[in-house]
Order: sequence, then structure tokens, then C-alpha cells
Amino acid sequence: MSTDTATATTAAPAAEQKAPPGPGMRFVNWGANYIEDRTSLSGMVKELGRKIFPDHWSFMLGEVALYSFVVILLSGTFLTFFFQASMAPVIYEGAYPTMKGVEMSAAMASTLDISFEVRGGLLMRQVHHWAALLFVASIGLHMLRVFFTGAFRKPREINWVVGFLLFILAMAEGFTGYSLPDDLLSGNGLRIIDGMVKGVPVIGTWISYLLFGGEFPGEAIVGRLYMLHIMLLPALVIAAIGVHMILLIVNKHTQFAGPGRTQENVVGAPILPVFAAKAAGFFFIVFGVIMVIASTVTINPIWNYGPYDPSPVSAGTQPDWYIGFADGMLRLIPPHLETEIFGFTFTWYILIPIVVLGLFLVVVALYPFIEGWVTGDKREHHIADRPRNAPARTAIGAAGVTFYAVMWAAASSDLIATHFRLSIEWVTHTLQALLILGPIIAYLVTKRVCLGLQKKDREIALHGFESGRIVRLPGGEYIEVHEQLSDYDRWRLVSYEEYAPLMVRPNTNGKITVSTKLRGALSRWFFEDRIAPVTRAEIEASHHGH
Amino acid sequence: MTSATSADAASETQVAKLTADGEKLFAANCASCHGLQAQGTEDAPTLIGVGAASVDFQVGTGRMPMAAQGPQAEKKPVQFTDEQIAALAAWVASLGPGPSIPEAQYLEGDDLATGAELFRINCAMCHNVAGAGGALTEGKFAPALAGVEAKHIYEAMITGPQNMPVFNDANISPEDKANIISYLKYVEESGSPGGLDLGNLGPVSEGLFVWIFALGAIVAITIWLTAKSN
Amino acid sequence: MTGTDGAEPGTAVETHAPKPVSVGVAVISDDAVENPGFPPYRPRVSDLDPAKERQNERRIFWLFLASMVGSVLAVVAYIVFPIHEGDMGSVRLNNLFLGLGFALGLLGIGFGAVHWAKSLMHGHEEVEQRHLTRGKPETVARAGEIFTIANEESGFTRRKLIRNSLIGALALAPLSALVIFRDFAPADNPVTLLKHTLWEEGVRLARDPSGAPIKASDVTLGSVFHVIPENLHESSHPLEEKAKAAVLLMRLLPEDLNVSEGREDWNFRGIVAYSKICTHVGCPVALYEQQTHHLLCPCHQSQFDITREAAVIFGPAKRPLPQLPITVDEEGYLVARSDFHEPVGPSFWERSL
Repeated sequence: MSTDTATATTAAPAAEQKAPPGPGMRFVNWGANYIEDRTSLSGMVKELGRKIFPDHWSFMLGEVALYSFVVILLSGTFLTFFFQASMAPVIYEGAYPTMKGVEMSAAMASTLDISFEVRGGLLMRQVHHWAALLFVASIGLHMLRVFFTGAFRKPREINWVVGFLLFILAMAEGFTGYSLPDDLLSGNGLRIIDGMVKGVPVIGTWISYLLFGGEFPGEAIVGRLYMLHIMLLPALVIAAIGVHMILLIVNKHTQFAGPGRTQENVVGAPILPVFAAKAAGFFFIVFGVIMVIASTVTINPIWNYGPYDPSPVSAGTQPDWYIGFADGMLRLIPPHLETEIFGFTFTWYILIPIVVLGLFLVVVALYPFIEGWVTGDKREHHIADRPRNAPARTAIGAAGVTFYAVMWAAASSDLIATHFRLSIEWVTHTLQALLILGPIIAYLVTKRVCLGLQKKDREIALHGFESGRIVRLPGGEYIEVHEQLSDYDRWRLVSYEEYAPLMVRPNTNGKITVSTKLRGALSRWFFEDRIAPVTRAEIEASHHGH
Repeated sequence: MTSATSADAASETQVAKLTADGEKLFAANCASCHGLQAQGTEDAPTLIGVGAASVDFQVGTGRMPMAAQGPQAEKKPVQFTDEQIAALAAWVASLGPGPSIPEAQYLEGDDLATGAELFRINCAMCHNVAGAGGALTEGKFAPALAGVEAKHIYEAMITGPQNMPVFNDANISPEDKANIISYLKYVEESGSPGGLDLGNLGPVSEGLFVWIFALGAIVAITIWLTAKSN
Repeated sequence: MTGTDGAEPGTAVETHAPKPVSVGVAVISDDAVENPGFPPYRPRVSDLDPAKERQNERRIFWLFLASMVGSVLAVVAYIVFPIHEGDMGSVRLNNLFLGLGFALGLLGIGFGAVHWAKSLMHGHEEVEQRHLTRGKPETVARAGEIFTIANEESGFTRRKLIRNSLIGALALAPLSALVIFRDFAPADNPVTLLKHTLWEEGVRLARDPSGAPIKASDVTLGSVFHVIPENLHESSHPLEEKAKAAVLLMRLLPEDLNVSEGREDWNFRGIVAYSKICTHVGCPVALYEQQTHHLLCPCHQSQFDITREAAVIFGPAKRPLPQLPITVDEEGYLVARSDFHEPVGPSFWERSL
């Protein structure tokens, strides 16, 4: 396929002059027919070739994730040719002076060799790791975009869940990869995982024992994580990406409100040629940006960390950013939360973080269904909401982001303390308070901001915007001239729907069930403050007023 | 215990003059907190037996005289000349036996790997594996080690300033202290093979970098990419 | 709250809105502003001005050319910036120039392609109609029909016995697969292993990592030693044993120690030994402040007070660090009096059994 397109481009000028097809074109025709006779590929080209994709910068974030993943696959493949996933002890005799003669695992030694003895090896390591951080970060940002624009609503709920699974898989990929070099930093990370697993009631001790192939650290874990990292998890990621893409094609992309855009159409660029050119070009750009960073900025300097040894630890021991929220939650738990019941140890300082994080993630995963139930809205939605036009959802999102951000910040509480000259105790206590208060404040503030923005939109839709021109009226009064919006510009501000809360009504048996009451109450809360969209009559009235 | 700290071959008269100068300087600058005979007061500890190394470290890094009470004395511009510091050190050393200023042979070792390993086991938990520093309790912190003079690193190890523990010669031999210093100097001077080191703060600075610069650059590009061409 | 989308039939809300595709609770206004339709196409400069078009073409060419230059530069950098064994400067140059060459090669293609798409390719927006995601009624009906036929032809619902036994068989089959995971770990019981370390009566305290034994006289006031059992290097699993047996040794003034009953002879003239493994999740608690006698864990900031037998004074941990009872042997070396009296490290379910 790729050779086809390459030759097609070079042969294009010849075709324009209606000359008999040159040898290149004849080969392309022959090739296309050969493949068509055997695959019936034309059907797919017909279906997909001119499919429309709407253009908006925020619609590119998922692509960033996809392309980082491709970069990860490419660089990771290179690394596998050199990396040895073995914890067998070896004496390092390689190039790095501060490690010479030190006993370490083969995994660590081979990672040092990749870094210092293979040309481009360090570059590929840094590409791989930077791309991994970018992969998870872009998934996060993509999820936020989908959330705040309501793009998860029917019919896209399932695709939200698939995307959520990808987020989890990406974190798992990241963590398993982070642990592979068997360096001091990641080894202490594994030690923390071991401690957390052991804190799980009933099965924890055995799970840890089986996971590490004996007592921590054992000699098995790197090999096991390696299998997960390069086989099982990538296979799952690729499968989930496949489902994600198929559903994207079936559902078609959402679009923002705009003149001519409706629930019934998609407006944008066709896949061939414009979208394909932009998307392919964007892949190279993302790859290029990662490459620039990898060639100029160090990541994961394992040569500083040294091999894993259960005795040392470094100040500022942190996981990669996407695991930070979990590490932060561990730090924020108040002291002394452990009890013994009948001799069994209940390790609440482990269990509470696991449950809180688990609930948080479950709510994120199920949010489309929860909101759908609360609003009772069963229509399909293809126009993305502007976040301000769904104040309750935007406020919920802001509260969630705040909750996550506080946990995330807590994972670097020691660095916050040293860099802002605060005491670690004060930082911890402040973050503990913020974990509870922050989301509430964020909810209230965001909701007010949304309503304020909606009011401003309404004002502009009705009275136009301030032109900056000051005019003196005959009576001596100064006013600023307001300029009216064009119909096209106004449409962006007024084309949203107004909602009313669900009514609590008795069912066919004449009873009001608890779930109906709850649903009614939640629905009232969700829709309680609303700014009605501007109507035609209002616009006309405002025009007469001037 | 004194292998690194044998006294100089300076003549006794020189020593006596130095000590006398030191006493005057001490009375003028230090006695208000530490007491005229360095016996210590409520505000500051006794200096009898702390040795010349302590004085050289505390005054030579500007930590003493202390500017204000805080969680810990911090590095500041040095207040005295080298001769004055030597005089102060000589006088305090004369008060009682204590560690003296290390000789140059103990400031440079030849076994970087041993230095690195000992640094990881004994020092990295406070000062970070690359010597970038770290947090202690109640606002105290272990300072970053880049740019610290070799002899001051040595003196800190043998005297244990403030909350830093003492690493006497039975714990870490003078040769191994030299190896640790050489490791730190190697890290500081060789720089990171991978490019900018982001302060050697590990995953936190990497995470911030990826969100702010990598994702920031890419989002800027997406905006250009989806904007209509004029 | 299970996210069933409110589809339970017969609820108040459902009867109120029985249509298959309800409008939910949206308020449809008769007087809503109308969609003004597509705005007129705003031509780009390259649509209007052939000179600009050629200029853009040239720019794109230069970008692709830059990419070729970049790729060639990467190959050149690979050769002219070799890695000299042990010279980190050469690693840095190799990394930098090889990477920048690659980057130029990639960015040239990327920016060129996007610039081409934006400025020269057809600029009009196209419209595609959407349809309800649900298939056409005939299709849905046919799918239902197929399942009905399949059910009739197989007897899946009619033959309850074999259907249910199939479900049972399918449910049990994975169980056999679960069993084989037992040998992920050796045969021993982890609980027994977790409760014992290499320390026992008479084992000398040795320096980490050299293994040199420590005399009581070496441990001066204010100093801290990172300690392993002297017999660690003879162990067949040194890392696993070190992960449990690592100890921190420090000397305080005996009057600063608050010694509880039964522990009077666990310290030697103010020299105390505590497990270095955090009781929270197992990081090495190694930050000792010699003036406050506090220990800080750098991972999650649990703090332990050595003057009060390593009681937790801050942070998430619950239990004090276990104390290793010590004394000296006849040669003056510090030795353990016994193993720890409780399991070290993070809590686990069977810890107190």
C-alpha cells in the first residue's frame, strides 16, 4: 500500500496532461487491481476514504496518545534487542566509572550498557521513557476534553469505558517499564508495592509471595514484569485501541456547535487527502518533538540511582508522574490507622487509600452512565457541549481534577517543602485539608464561573460586544458603542439546550420508589442553576431597544 | 581517629599567635552566644572539643555567625578571611581535643565506585543520590552538595553539623571519605550524559517537564494545525 | 446507582417518556434561534494569489528537503560522534546530535505535510450526514430473527440440562488454570519466612556494605551506622535477607532513652539498634537527625522518635520500628542478643498470629 501511494504522487503530473499512462502509473494500476481482485479493498476505501473529521485543536489530543504509543513501540523494540530481563547478579565491568566492579543484576548492567555503549542506545531509552510519560499525559488530557465537552454521552458511553481501560493499561505499562532496570529508585517503588500488597487482608501475604516468586525482592520480578510489559499489556493496549478506533468510526466524531453544524451532520475535512495528510504529518511532529526532548533532556538517570539494594534510599523517592496520585494518597493518611481483630491485622492506612482510589477510578469509568441516569437523557449527542453550558458537569469535573491534583501534589510533598522553604509537616497537613475542602471549593467556584460566563455570552448574543468606540450623545452623556454579532458568530453562543430536572412521579403501581426519589433529587441538583438560551423574540426585542 | 588530622609542622610561636588572634576574634564575634570561654549558653552549644574542623566548616561556609534563629543555620556569604577562620579554628581546637582540618590527601580518592556505594548507603537518603538535597523534619533540610568545597564535605562528615550524624573514621575510613568526595565531584563535573539534568530531582521534575513543555509544545502545534490557513 | 441508564421499565420517569428515543428533559423551545447555515467560504491567500501558492509550494519543498538533510545528519552524527569507552562527554554528544538529526528528519516531514494540507489541499469543509447509531429496523429485526433461528436449530434454551451443564463446565475450566500459578513461588510458607531474620544470639553487627564488624567503642555519640548481620554474605539469598535484616545503629546519651519494661538490656550504654525497614510500606527509614533523635522515612514521611523506642510521631505508619536487642561479645564487638521480637517491615494479615 505504501509503495502505491509513493509512486502515485510522483506520477500525478503525468496524469494531468492526459498523456498515455507512464510506467509508474501502469504499475500502480496493475498493483491496485491485483490487490482488489484478492481483497475487495475498494469497498473499504469507498466507505472510509472520504469520511469526514471535524477540526478542532482539542480533537487532536487522542492522536497525540496514539502517536506516542507508536513511538513507544518503535523505540521499545530497539531496546529489547539489548536488554536482559534477568536479576542474576553480575559484576559490572562496563564503561560508567562510578559503577565499575559493583554487583548488580543483569537487567541493570544491560541498561547501563544500552546507555553508554550502544550508539543511540541512550537516545532510544530517553525517547521510550519520555514518550511513555507523554502517552499517559495525553490520554489524561484527552479524557478531560471528552469529559468537559460531554462527548461521552450516548452513543459514546462504551467508548469512554474503553478509553478509561486504555488509561489504566497505559499506567500499568508505565509502571512495569519503570521497574525493569532494577535500579535503586524503581526497586524502592517495588518495595512500596510489596508493602501495599501485603496490607491487603487475607490474601495479601500470599499474593506478594507469588508475585515476587518468594520473598521480596527475589530474582523473578523483573522477568515477570518484562513479560507483562512487552507482551500481555501491549497486546491488550493494541486490542483496546482497535476497539476504540472502530467505535470512533461507527459513532463518528463529535463536533462543536457552529453555523451549519447540526446533530445530523459532520462538518470537516475528508480522510483523503486533507485529514490523512494532517494526521500523518502530526505523527511525525509528535515523534519529532519527543526526539528533540530525548536528545536534550535526561530522563531516569539510573546511573545516578545505582543498582537496587534493600538498604539505601534516595531523598525525593517518587514514582513516575502518573502513579503519583496513589503515592500521594499513601502519604496523606493520618497516623495510627491499623487494628488487630482476633489476631488478624487490618492495615487501614493501606486499605483506605486503595478503596478511595478504587472508588475514584470507578466513578470516572462509570460517569457516563451515572450522568445519563441522573439526567434521564436518552438521545444521541453529537454536538460537543461548551463546558460553561453544562455547569454542574464542569463543576464536578473541576472537583475531580482538584481531588486528583491534591493527591498528585502530595506525592512531591517533600520537594514542595524544600523548594518553598516550608516544613514537611505543614505541607502534609495543608494537603490533607485540601483533599477534602479543595474539591468542594473547586465545585462551587467553577459552577459560579460557568454561570457567569453563560450570562456574559447571553449579554453578548443580545447586545453585541463592546467595540471600544466611545460616542458622546447630544445630551453630553458618553456611551460605548456595542457592535452586534453576525448570525454566524451568535449561533455559537446560543445553540445549546435548556434542561429541566426530572419530575418525581409515581410508577404504574402508584408508588414513588426510593431510587426515583434519589434520581429526582440528583437531577434537581444537576440542573438547579440554569441560564436559558437566548430566543428569537429576545434578540428582536434587543434590536428594537437600540 | 586522628589519622587525617595530624597537626601542621608550623612552629609553636606561630601557633601561639594564631590562637591569641582567634581568642580575640571569638570574643568579638561568637562569645555573645557561645560564651566567653566557649562554654556554651542557652542559645548555643559549647564548643569545647568540637575541634578545628567544626569551626572551619561552620564559619568557612558562612553558617556561623548565625544571622537569625531558624530551623537550621544556612549557608551564607562567608564573614571572615581565611586567616581569621584559621585563627578561630586554632583557638577552639586549643580548648579540647577534636577533629582537625583534613589534609589535602584525604580530599581526593581514586575509587569512584566505592565512593558512590557508600554515598548511597550513608548519605543519599538525606542528600539525594545525586547530591541534590532533600527535606528533613520541621522545616529542616539536607542541603544540595554541588559547589561545596571538598574539605567542607569532609569536615561535615567528621563533625556532624546540626542534625547531620557524625561519620567517624571507624565508620567511614578517611580513604573512603575521599572516595565519597571524589564521587560527588565526578557527578558535579561530568554532567548528565543525557542532556539537561532538571535539577536531578527525579520523576517529579520529569513529570512537570512533560506536562508543561512537551504537552505544552504539542498543544500549541495542534492549535496551529487546526487553525484555518489565511 | 449501577449505571443502568435508568432503563428499568415501569418507573415513573419511564412511563412519562415511553418513546424509544426520549427527549429526556430537554426543553425544546419553539422560539429557539435558528441555525444560520454554513457561512460563505473564506478563500485562502493561496487560493487567490498564484504567487502565494508557489511560495507555499516552495516552503513545503524546503521543509521536506530539511527532513532529508536531518536524516543524513543523523547518519553523519552516528559516525562522527562515536562513544569513547567511559567518556561521558562523548555519550552526551552522540545522544545530542544523533537525536537532533532524527528530530529534523521527522519534523521536516511533519511540518511539510501539515503545511501542504493546510495551504494547498482543497480547503472547503465537507459535510457528511449522520444516522442513528442503531441499525435500520429491518436490520435489527433480521438480526433478532437469526438469533431465534439459531436458538431453535441448536435448542439452546429448550435443552436446559445440557445448556446449564455447559455453563457449569465453562465456569470450572479456568479453575484448573488458576492452580498452576501456585508454583510462582517456592513451597515454603511466606508467613514463617516473614517472621524471622538472620539475626540471632551472637551474630555480630557489621557495616553495610563491607561486612566489617563494629566495636561498641566505634559508635561515638551522634553517629549512625548502617548495619547488616555479619553472616549476610554467607546467606544463599543475601538480598532477601538484607531486605529484612537491615538495621540502623546509633548512640544516644543513656539518659535520653526512655526504656520500657523488659527492654532494659536491649541497648548497650546508649547504643540502640532499630530495624531500618519502615513499618508503613517498607522503605528504608534512614534519615537520622542526631539532635532531635528523629528518624524520617523519605518515601512517605513517617517519623519515629528514637528516644521513645521509635514511636511514630508523624506520618502514615502505625507501629514503632522493631528494636534489635544488642550487647557486646568478649572482644568488644556489638552482637545481637536474639532475633527481633516481632516481624519487621510492613504489616501483613497474619502478622500477629
